[in-house]
Amino acid sequence: MANDTSSSIGGNSALSNVLLNLAFVILSLLCFLPVLLVIIVSFTDGQSILTQGYSFIPNKWSFIAYESIFKDWMTIVSGYRVSITITIAGTALSVLLMAMYAYPISRADYPFRNVFTFFLFFTMLFNGGMVSRYLIYTQALHIKDSYMALILPMLIVPFNVIIMRTFFQTTIHPAVIESARIDGAGELRIFLRIVLPLSLPVLATMALFSTIGYWNDWFNALLYITSEDKYPLQYLMMRVLNDVQYLRNNVELAAQNPNMMKNLPNESLQMAMAVIGMGPILIAYPFFQKYFVKGLTVGAVKG
Amino acid sequence: MSRTTGFSSFIHAMWKYKALTLMMLPAVLVLLAHSYLPMFGIFIAFKNVNYLDGIWGSPWVGFDNFQFLFSSGDMWRIVRNTLLYSLTFMIMNLVLSVSIAVAINEIRRRLLAKVYQSFIILPHFLSMVVVSYLVYAFLQPDHGFINATVLKAFGQDPVFWYSEKEYWPYILVFVNAWKHAGFGAVIYIAAIAGIDPEYYEAALIDGASKWKQITHITLPFIRPVIIIMTILSMGSIFSSDFGLFFQVPMNSGALYPVTDTVDTYVYRALMQLNDIGMSSATALVQSVVGFIMVIATNSMVRRIDREQALF
Repeated sequence: MANDTSSSIGGNSALSNVLLNLAFVILSLLCFLPVLLVIIVSFTDGQSILTQGYSFIPNKWSFIAYESIFKDWMTIVSGYRVSITITIAGTALSVLLMAMYAYPISRADYPFRNVFTFFLFFTMLFNGGMVSRYLIYTQALHIKDSYMALILPMLIVPFNVIIMRTFFQTTIHPAVIESARIDGAGELRIFLRIVLPLSLPVLATMALFSTIGYWNDWFNALLYITSEDKYPLQYLMMRVLNDVQYLRNNVELAAQNPNMMKNLPNESLQMAMAVIGMGPILIAYPFFQKYFVKGLTVGAVKG
Repeated sequence: MSRTTGFSSFIHAMWKYKALTLMMLPAVLVLLAHSYLPMFGIFIAFKNVNYLDGIWGSPWVGFDNFQFLFSSGDMWRIVRNTLLYSLTFMIMNLVLSVSIAVAINEIRRRLLAKVYQSFIILPHFLSMVVVSYLVYAFLQPDHGFINATVLKAFGQDPVFWYSEKEYWPYILVFVNAWKHAGFGAVIYIAAIAGIDPEYYEAALIDGASKWKQITHITLPFIRPVIIIMTILSMGSIFSSDFGLFFQVPMNSGALYPVTDTVDTYVYRALMQLNDIGMSSATALVQSVVGFIMVIATNSMVRRIDREQALF
């Protein structure tokens, strides 16, 4: 899309052009304003919230929410630590393992490629379901409350392996591999020195998919993580939101424990938690989003 | 293994390609642990599991779990919710994604189009927990933006959103469209970008209006993509986005009649009621229906466009 005009030709009238742009400005705002509201509320003074509610233009701004969150900075740091660890370890392992599976089944001369393709493919067709997986994870693999329970579920994404296989098939010419072999390179060497460097676009795309997946995951933590020092950031956010909601809904409980109500994080604090949780994505977003769109078309060719 | 001409050639192939096979080993182990072991675990649905005897030692009960499930009346509710929401989401997202793609292609300034696109795919990258915060900022009963600002401005009474179920079908459809329609458009934008401009030039010479160009060139060209995307989403019609139905309504009990889907039901039965029999029976029903849907979907795709079929 290097040309400066859209692919359809024939001018829209000036009016319809303005209306079209207006519609997209509204649509863009619709997508962004909720995020902005949460950010603004996190900087709103408690008294302002009581009198005017959550507003885009608060009467009084305040950093109090962040001040009180950073008083309890150990929790936040721990959440970040867990999330970053899981994301980095998970992404690195995931991309490597998927490439190591995709490469052999991409090789036309590999005699077992159909067997292994089916072995992978069948997991897309049928799964044991959540209960069965939960019981296997907790009773057979014994990985409840461990980082492994957060990493394992997203390590191999069958559909992405298929995309990688297709990329290898279409990008790496068999003659390249053959000539490397004649030069005396072993399979592992060919894979590491030739195949991987030639496949950087697809590897980067998969790393991006995987990073977003691990960073945003909270469901596996909900199922498997019990100790607080292993809560990833997203799950921590979920707990903050739900616990407060729970206390508010239970008036009796609150009446019995007036102190609990008093110490309840106020609403700007909740929203500050959300800002801290989505911060990294929002900051990195302008840089990675175009690669994401590009990446979608990397695997568009199907084999 | 196209043609094995005997055991010795098999051994020979094994030896010759041992490096490639060994390379796959780690991923094979992951697939075994994560996917295949749970497949064998579906027998749990036919057992009355108690933690005293463990999953292996618990007694077999045949189809009792299923009988209980179907007679409880929950089944109707969760199946109806799951299917209706899936269908609505499918139609909504399709219409919105295609409209956005067609419209964004008409933006004259490509730079502006890219800026709009960046904004409208943003929601796709936010986790459902973040989304639940965003929704909460609008719907919170005391200070939420809707109650404290919008309804107040119109002199309306506040609505207790998290306990009044009649609004939630609309809220959920909206949130789902908000999160996915923009990103769904990207695929159609790519498809439209692939259309040869000569078609439009020819149409222009013939004096075709913009609307005619859209209905007679753009839409017919992206029709195969529309069909494939629709059919692919049919494969997951019996599953639901857990985060959307659990976290966005804050797991509020008053809303269960309209927010309970197969996935949230299985979760609650397992984690909150500790009813392994019931939850595993539901999960098995979901897996089997899912399997049938994927197979049926694929054979439909095959009939329309062999190239696009998964197998």
